Amino acid sequence: MLKRRKPPMRFAPAANGRFSPNLEPHERQFLADLPRQLRELLDSDDVSLRRLFPTAYHQDPERDAEFQRLMREDLVARRTETAKLLERTATADTLSADDMTMWMTAINDLRLVLGTQLDVSEGMELDELEENDPRLPQFAVYGWLSMLLEQIIQALMGQSGME
Amino acid sequence: MSTVAPVELDQPGTDEAISIDRPWVVIVWNDPINLMSYVTLVLQKLFGFSKEKAETLMWDVHTKGRAVVSTGPRERAELDVFRLHEYGLWATMQHDE
Repeated sequence: MLKRRKPPMRFAPAANGRFSPNLEPHERQFLADLPRQLRELLDSDDVSLRRLFPTAYHQDPERDAEFQRLMREDLVARRTETAKLLERTATADTLSADDMTMWMTAINDLRLVLGTQLDVSEGMELDELEENDPRLPQFAVYGWLSMLLEQIIQALMGQSGME
Repeated sequence: MSTVAPVELDQPGTDEAISIDRPWVVIVWNDPINLMSYVTLVLQKLFGFSKEKAETLMWDVHTKGRAVVSTGPRERAELDVFRLHEYGLWATMQHDE
């Protein structure tokens, strides 16, 4: 059977159950800068944050307001924590499995905000955009974050035997 | 409503009792941003599902637009919704239909 060639592994297994990120310096710079921007946004009520704080009771606005009142602060704290960890470990040589899980959620948070700003729809492809589309750079970042996320998931699943 | 009619306080089986006992369901909805592999991993991680079970639910979300991932009392459902929101999944809760 023919095996599909896999893209180069960005998070290779290392000693003691750790992972070694295979990233270019400019990629690491992005991974330190983006979470900082997200943290600044988290304290605002910017509309692009709505996917980070979804509705819980979609049939009951009153209960939902109560839920949001009780949970929002915890969710902001959680997201700030994961964003800070990504910022702090963006240049690390190796990552623990716990770090990788935090990278996964922080990167997904970035995708949720960027995807909302870009109004991403199902099955949308980067090459469908016009060459001079002003959203192109942001879409490229979104695609790159998606690729990293996919690779983190594969690395974590491979290690835990969840595969 | 009449104020004259006697009220039988100890009679079980009223509508109110049913609505209290009725379990809550936690629903994950389809969205265009979360990756299919991500949804699968999060469901495995949070609920301890096997990969097969998590993938079946993920495909339900993807193709049918939604899937019920847990059922139980209100407090339990709220906790599950919160944990799913932590991971950025689009989860809501409602009374079982």
